Amino acid sequence: MSTSNFTRRGMLKSSAMVGAGVALPTIFTASSAAAYMNEPTGASVTLGFNVPQTGPYADEGADELRAYELAVEHLNGGGDGGMMNTFSSKALKGNGILGKKVEYVTGDTQTKSDAARASAKSMIEKDGAIMITGGSSSGVAVAVQGLCQEAGVIFMAGLTHSNDTTGKDKKANGFRHFFNGYMSAAALAPVLKNLYGTDRNAYHLTADYTWGWTQEESIAAATEAMGWNTVNKVRTPLAATDFSSYIAPVLNSGADVLVLNHYGGNMVNSLTNAVQFGLRDKMVNGKQFEIVVPLYSRLMAKGAGENVKGIHGSTNWHWSLTDEGSAAFVKSFGEKYGFPPSQAAHTTYCQTLLYADAAERAGTFNPCGIAEALEGYEFDGLGNGKTLYRADDHQCFKDVLVVRGKENPTSEFDLLEVVEVTPTEQVTYAPDHPMFAGGALGSCNAG
Amino acid sequence: MDSIILQILNGLDKGSAYALIALGLTLIFGTLGVVNFAHGALFMIGAFCAVTLKKILTLSSVVEDPTKTDFLGKPLKVATPYVESWFGEATGAALIDWAVPLAILFSIPIMIGVGFIMERGLIKHFYKRPHADQILVTFGLAIVLQEVIKAFYGANPIPTPAPAVFRGSFDFGVLLGFDPNAIIYPYWRMVYFAFSAVIIGAVFAFLRFTTFGMVVRAGMADRETVGLLGINIDKRFTIMFGIAAAVAGLAGVMYAPINSPNYHMGMDFLVLSFVVVVVGGMGSLPGAVLAGFMLGILEAFASMNQIKAIIPGIDQIIIYLVAIIIILTRPRGLMGKKGVMEE
Repeated sequence: MSTSNFTRRGMLKSSAMVGAGVALPTIFTASSAAAYMNEPTGASVTLGFNVPQTGPYADEGADELRAYELAVEHLNGGGDGGMMNTFSSKALKGNGILGKKVEYVTGDTQTKSDAARASAKSMIEKDGAIMITGGSSSGVAVAVQGLCQEAGVIFMAGLTHSNDTTGKDKKANGFRHFFNGYMSAAALAPVLKNLYGTDRNAYHLTADYTWGWTQEESIAAATEAMGWNTVNKVRTPLAATDFSSYIAPVLNSGADVLVLNHYGGNMVNSLTNAVQFGLRDKMVNGKQFEIVVPLYSRLMAKGAGENVKGIHGSTNWHWSLTDEGSAAFVKSFGEKYGFPPSQAAHTTYCQTLLYADAAERAGTFNPCGIAEALEGYEFDGLGNGKTLYRADDHQCFKDVLVVRGKENPTSEFDLLEVVEVTPTEQVTYAPDHPMFAGGALGSCNAG
Repeated sequence: MDSIILQILNGLDKGSAYALIALGLTLIFGTLGVVNFAHGALFMIGAFCAVTLKKILTLSSVVEDPTKTDFLGKPLKVATPYVESWFGEATGAALIDWAVPLAILFSIPIMIGVGFIMERGLIKHFYKRPHADQILVTFGLAIVLQEVIKAFYGANPIPTPAPAVFRGSFDFGVLLGFDPNAIIYPYWRMVYFAFSAVIIGAVFAFLRFTTFGMVVRAGMADRETVGLLGINIDKRFTIMFGIAAAVAGLAGVMYAPINSPNYHMGMDFLVLSFVVVVVGGMGSLPGAVLAGFMLGILEAFASMNQIKAIIPGIDQIIIYLVAIIIILTRPRGLMGKKGVMEE
């Protein structure tokens, strides 16, 4: 009788475990020689720009890509320097980042979470991207942010407006410069109160996904707090193209305000349908019927044409701002491309500079060093006034613009006018605010 | 009651689009035996014919206005459409305003040409291939066509409004004795419904009352026998492909003011139109029209808050649910004929 502990079954089990360990993909595991994921060893550093190059937000993605290319040009010392000249931090010298020339690779999110994760993964794994940035949807931002956290690279979010991105889905490796649904509501509510009074009945049409839900919650809470009644909240399929069936019952519901929690093609179509049904010409409850589009985008407003005239909403930034930073960016972008930048272009350009600046100040590309440099960082000169990258949730706090569709545009770009710049204090909330509850930032992952 | 009437009206315009696209689809299937997944792209190209004509009519001469500046502080470039310079401001502006109805004339030869090229250049090579091959190649063609449109026009929707006289809405409620604002319906959607009825009537009349139509109908029933009579049925079927393309294109032209055209709009309608064809009965023209309107109206009803409160999410699945029920109870669809797609 053998006393050995080795058995055939045990041997097979051990072999399988060892084999599985060896076969584990090396992705998301920094090589033993590197201190952190994709540590740059040569004369250059690679950034990954993950934007929608196909699909419904391809035009927005193209504008993001233009801004990224401009930022890279400026970081490498080309062009007129743009907002590097107005940025309060003077760490960037136009010699790349930490002396390394900035190069970039691009991915196509297709505005689909799985495709966006796949392209981000490919850029990290195959191209050695040290940072991922971009996107034009909150669903995509949340998905890619999660991937970057696992991978151990920094994610500088592009256009994402859901409270969840820096709320329940926040991650230590993720940072958002763009504003959110809560901020839109906080900025819009006082303006709506002044314009339409406190005795109003609002009807919400909401895109049925994370961004729509959080924006609806934020706007309803802010308007109800000032005395408005919410008549109904109707969720509409994201794939819907004709909103007539959803809009037709609005007039009969007793509502005198329609809030369109829609973005992109949804916004263009629902607003167009609402205007076609003559909602804006009607008097209900003795008041003029009004439409509100809480999140505006100039590129999308163009699609809705004349229907945006006089309609209020909010935006993260607008090219007509006259501060030094905005003027420098508009000049730089306008001279290179022949038209003014969109808010998507602005936020992605800022994110690239902020990442580069953080690396310079931290003296490393280590994601944990960069996260530390960005947390609690206060800056100015990037077009939104004094801004704070709050450490608690990695959300930027800055002024928010309330805009209105312009009645008499002077050009095809002149679609929105800024009616109020809402100060930061008015849109700031506590880190533990119920709308942002759940989830934890966790700790930084360097791969 | 007013809600029911309102949703029936809403369903009519959506049903009109489904019916027009499905009519062309089933016409192609009935004549050529081809399952054409590029048909939605023809609808999209039609809408972009309206966009293109509007762009042509707004081609402008540009002069710098030194008194105004653009976003870079340079003299503002002021564009004046050539049509306004040539025909006077009022006439030129009216031409631009009526771009969509004018695009009907503009689109017919273009759509027939596109249909002819599509059929002769690609689809005819797949007549004897399995339906799966036809679906793959036409679906691929649809993707190519939409990417071509995107390359020229971008991904964002392009506003293409109806003439000013048709903007706004009509209060049906007052007409029917209801309260004001109870049943509001946009003028252009009424125009769209009437236009669809005319086109559907014209196609039926063409097939019913002309010799050409009689031969085509005979060919649809028994292609082989018609061929044996010495009639070149292939040539006629090619023409029918062009006509089907024109019908889809016209549906797209007139739909442009309802929802701003974008490169993806064909795909949005394609799957639903196929369901319409299957529900109506493969190859059945009256079935396609009937199913188009029926599903359009049911879809509108499913969007009602009262219905959604009982069955959440019903608005997203209603068409497929009805399709399943009909196919289970009437496997050939509402008006399908025995023998079609059953070999």
